[in-house]
Amino acid sequence: MSNFYLTLLTFIPLAGALLVALLPDKRALIRAGGLGFAFATLAATVALALQYDRAAGGLQFIEQRDWIPALHIQYFLGADGLSLLLLLLTCIVTPFALLALGERSTKFNVTLILLLQTTLLGTFTALNFIHWFLYYELSLVPAFFLIRMGGSAKATAAATQMFIYTLLGGFAMLLGFLAIHQATGTFNLIDLAKLAHENKLGHALSAAFHWKWISLLVFGGIFLGLAVKVPVVPFHTWLPDAYTEAPAPVSMLLTGLLSKMGVYGLLRLLLPLFPGLMFHLQKPLLAFALVTIIFGAFAALGQRDLKRIVAYSSINHLGYCLLGIFAIAAAGHASVTLGDRAAAMNGVLLQIFNHGLTAAAIFCFIGFIETRSGGLRGLNDFGGLRTLAPVLTGLMGISLFSSLGLPGLNGFVGEFLIFKGSFALTPGAAALAAIGLFITALFLLTMIQRVFTGPLNPRWASFPDLSLAERATVAPAIALMFAVGICPQLLITLFNQTVLNLLP
Amino acid sequence: MNTFLLLALVPLLPFLAAGITALLKREQRGLSATLVIGAQTVACAISLFLFAGAITAKSGAIVHNFPWLTFGNDTLRLGLLLDPLSAGMGAMVSFVTLLIFIYSVGYMKEDRNFTRFFTFLSLFSGAMLGVVYSNSLLLTFICWELVGLASYLLIGFWFHKPSAAAAAKKAFITTRVGDMGFLIGMFWLYKAAGTLLFYDNGAGCLEQAALATMAKTMVGGLAVSNIIALLIFCGAAGKSGQFPLHVWLPDAMEGPTPVSALIHAATMVAAGVYLVARVFPIFTATGAPSVSLTVVACIGAFTALFAALIAVAQTDIKRILAYSTVSQLGFMMLALGVGSVGAAMLHLIAHAFFKALLFMGAGSVIHGVHEEQDIRAMGGLWNKMPLTFATYAIGMLALAGFPLAFSGFWSKDAVLHAANLWPVSQLPFKMAAAAAFLTAFYMTRQMFYVFFGSYRGHTHPHESPVVMTLPLVILAAAAVLFSLVATPAWPWFEDFLAGHNAGFELAALREPGFLHVALTSTAIVFSGLLLGWFIYGRRPLSGVDPIEAASASAYNTLANRCYIDELYDATIIRLVALTGEISAWIDRTILQGAVNATAGFSFLISYLSDGIDRFLINFGFDHSCNALREYGSGIAGCEGGRVQGYLRVLGVGMVVLLAFLGWLLV
Repeated sequence: MSNFYLTLLTFIPLAGALLVALLPDKRALIRAGGLGFAFATLAATVALALQYDRAAGGLQFIEQRDWIPALHIQYFLGADGLSLLLLLLTCIVTPFALLALGERSTKFNVTLILLLQTTLLGTFTALNFIHWFLYYELSLVPAFFLIRMGGSAKATAAATQMFIYTLLGGFAMLLGFLAIHQATGTFNLIDLAKLAHENKLGHALSAAFHWKWISLLVFGGIFLGLAVKVPVVPFHTWLPDAYTEAPAPVSMLLTGLLSKMGVYGLLRLLLPLFPGLMFHLQKPLLAFALVTIIFGAFAALGQRDLKRIVAYSSINHLGYCLLGIFAIAAAGHASVTLGDRAAAMNGVLLQIFNHGLTAAAIFCFIGFIETRSGGLRGLNDFGGLRTLAPVLTGLMGISLFSSLGLPGLNGFVGEFLIFKGSFALTPGAAALAAIGLFITALFLLTMIQRVFTGPLNPRWASFPDLSLAERATVAPAIALMFAVGICPQLLITLFNQTVLNLLP
Repeated sequence: MNTFLLLALVPLLPFLAAGITALLKREQRGLSATLVIGAQTVACAISLFLFAGAITAKSGAIVHNFPWLTFGNDTLRLGLLLDPLSAGMGAMVSFVTLLIFIYSVGYMKEDRNFTRFFTFLSLFSGAMLGVVYSNSLLLTFICWELVGLASYLLIGFWFHKPSAAAAAKKAFITTRVGDMGFLIGMFWLYKAAGTLLFYDNGAGCLEQAALATMAKTMVGGLAVSNIIALLIFCGAAGKSGQFPLHVWLPDAMEGPTPVSALIHAATMVAAGVYLVARVFPIFTATGAPSVSLTVVACIGAFTALFAALIAVAQTDIKRILAYSTVSQLGFMMLALGVGSVGAAMLHLIAHAFFKALLFMGAGSVIHGVHEEQDIRAMGGLWNKMPLTFATYAIGMLALAGFPLAFSGFWSKDAVLHAANLWPVSQLPFKMAAAAAFLTAFYMTRQMFYVFFGSYRGHTHPHESPVVMTLPLVILAAAAVLFSLVATPAWPWFEDFLAGHNAGFELAALREPGFLHVALTSTAIVFSGLLLGWFIYGRRPLSGVDPIEAASASAYNTLANRCYIDELYDATIIRLVALTGEISAWIDRTILQGAVNATAGFSFLISYLSDGIDRFLINFGFDHSCNALREYGSGIAGCEGGRVQGYLRVLGVGMVVLLAFLGWLLV
């Protein structure tokens, strides 16, 4: 059973990148080319998602070929509901960001964004650690250059910090997997999950290294790598600077997609390979989740820059994913808890999608504000904008309420399921995490109050409302927020069966 | 047509109208109002039809559940419910809402964002009716939050006023404090009962099996049912402005007056009472009086008295009514707490009519005196605005509980009577009686300030247009006529509720004890009215309130709302803000500092190794090379000076050096 669907899909944006690089240097042409390929990728992904047999769940569209036989490295691709969800998200946020790029659609930027998309698609379909890792680390290169698009010294510093921090985390993870390879002779993630399921992975590790704590060390390395990427507080310090210094369309990609690589890693690598260890380490892991949620929210409350507020709010939102995952791990595999674990896991997956969509939209709106304010984006720089820009206010308001988890919009459903599951599994942690929900409302409403309401700040006597092109850019995202909020089943059917397979 | 479709249409029509009018342009004012009022008229007709059906129905509640999502192997269902409670509440809500929509056409005529106003109103109506007809705590919560959103949008409707923007945020945040409790209670209920459906053929969370389990499970000495009930009550207290979460409601008067009438008097603020009435079986799972009900009764009684006291010293016509609303909601909570859902709902409906009437009357007054809200700048309006005065007077007498002809008398007596029978303590009854006295007093004070004496303002007061006065007349009629079905002689409404909600013994209302309470409360009302007249009615009012003249400190404490807002500002709000600042600081200095220190340390190491490389190793190597050369040149005389010789020596030297280094390392 061999096909090329996923390989083809992964390389559509790459081909686009090459083509755009060869195009004559005309902005409209480059923009059209980039968008054309991005939409083609979206169409292909939607076709795959429709083709996917949801009732069966499991991995489909599998490609498995020998690559480096001497090291047992295979070219091994496959997609299940989880992968497809992330593929969809990638293919939605990428054209969204390309549209938001507007005037900055230079050959360099568009090429880099398409390259980034390829690395993302690769990460979400690779099932062998080696080329998973390859894509995972390669994504840093376009990200690095995109963050320093503005070219300021601060942007360069932020990009460097992001690159080095994530790279170091990656090394820790690589070392961990080298140890696993040493013990088991394989990089195949599915085989490794099977070994772990049969409780053999830990034994293999301690047998190979004659040291019973080796599993913990390996786990720690992999966790560290992913914790930097997600990020988990206190490994997050690269994030606010990177999100803030990057131009808004790049922030959209960073928060919408790159942070999801970390959560994806937790679900694809960490949870299947170390269910036992995660069960034993549940207290510290849940503490990490709670600190991420609560500290992220309070730190957002203490910010004065719109982008930094959203950056910390992203940390807080991904904290709910952590809460769900760690609560599942803490529940072990008793069948009584299956319903709650399934709820939490479905919630985590929805949250991945919802946060990607909503945070990207919010950054897009901040980008719109920045183009009008000449780069100003302080919480106290505005005031009363609703008078002049009611459409901007309304649509950004919808996104902000989606972010604070208003029922009827997408954010609520994911958080509801995460809390439903984790409250049943780890009530104390879930109850504490509710503090985060409260603080989120506080800083988002403060943002609306300071920026949009009150008397009009005379400085912005002419503040144009959204243009038609800008409305068209955000309209699909807003429509999706409503669609997922009202009918979440549309997305859940895609991955519900996968969720049941993923649960330990 | 089947009932489910009809039930679903009631909230869906306003939602739909909100969705469509949201896309209209600012200039399409007429279309917006027509769509919204049209949808509301149909929704109101359907809910009245359903109410009529519920009156005549022989078979209990009608329940329709439908799947919303499937996760894992479980299906989460939502549902709609038509029982006497929801039918009565739904009829009242949709009717009052319709009247206020019509009134708004006149009141908001000049407003620039007229179109948007009707969008928000319609969103509110859909969400509120969703709360009413929901058969699932989750659906209730969803609509509950949407009601909160609509309230937020409407309080802050005049968003250019900083005070309105702040009040909107305060309302959302304060109610969200309670909603966090509600949310946790909901998850706990989900865990304990396995479902969030209220009724589901015996498997619902308000049905016997689930209630018995929850009553048996103990956590920390309390039955789980009571803990869940109290958590849900947190949400109800937030929405219904119960102490200590009442602070947002008076500020919510920053919204346009129709909003105050609709949301912050008649419907949304009563949602908390309705919620407790809806999930009442959870409160009584361990039997009544339970721990949770006792808490509800105490908070209700305290709120009733506390807010009535503050109302005495307010000077803004709407704020007086706002505190009065808080106080009356306290009465309703007290009724629930002492176990009488019937009395609570009776008072809820009666209050909705007369309080909507009072607010719209106040709006008419404000409109008539050109946006003045300070009662000290009014006076003598009775002959300038006769229709407003007459209807306002009816509302005032109903609120004060004037005997016999006014609904407020019967409903308040039902509450007092239930409180009087409460076996736990007489204190709530006494507090409520005191609050009833104060109610009569502060409403008399307001009447004298607004309508009697001579006009103290500087504009030319005028009566409002028919589109505004007509709803007043209809509501005034409702405030009177509702008493027909509320008397203990024919307690139709309570029996209607109880007839389908088994478990509440209402025959007690016909006991002789009732007469005692009725006489007491009549005496209370009259003494309140008399005292009001004695202080405010005998001589012309000046700028200084007679009570202020008598005791400035007491008056100022009440006028400043007992400094509760200041207390919150100084404690909780400051603490949260400070935590935010500290978190940001920790992030910037300590966490980022640690990363920077690590980076700095790495640079230090690299400079060090560079130095070692350059000065120690290179120097040593160069030195030995030089030494070798000198030595070599020394022995060059002995050797033939061949190149191979040099290399050989050099090679040997290297090998020795490496071996030495290797030995060091091993």
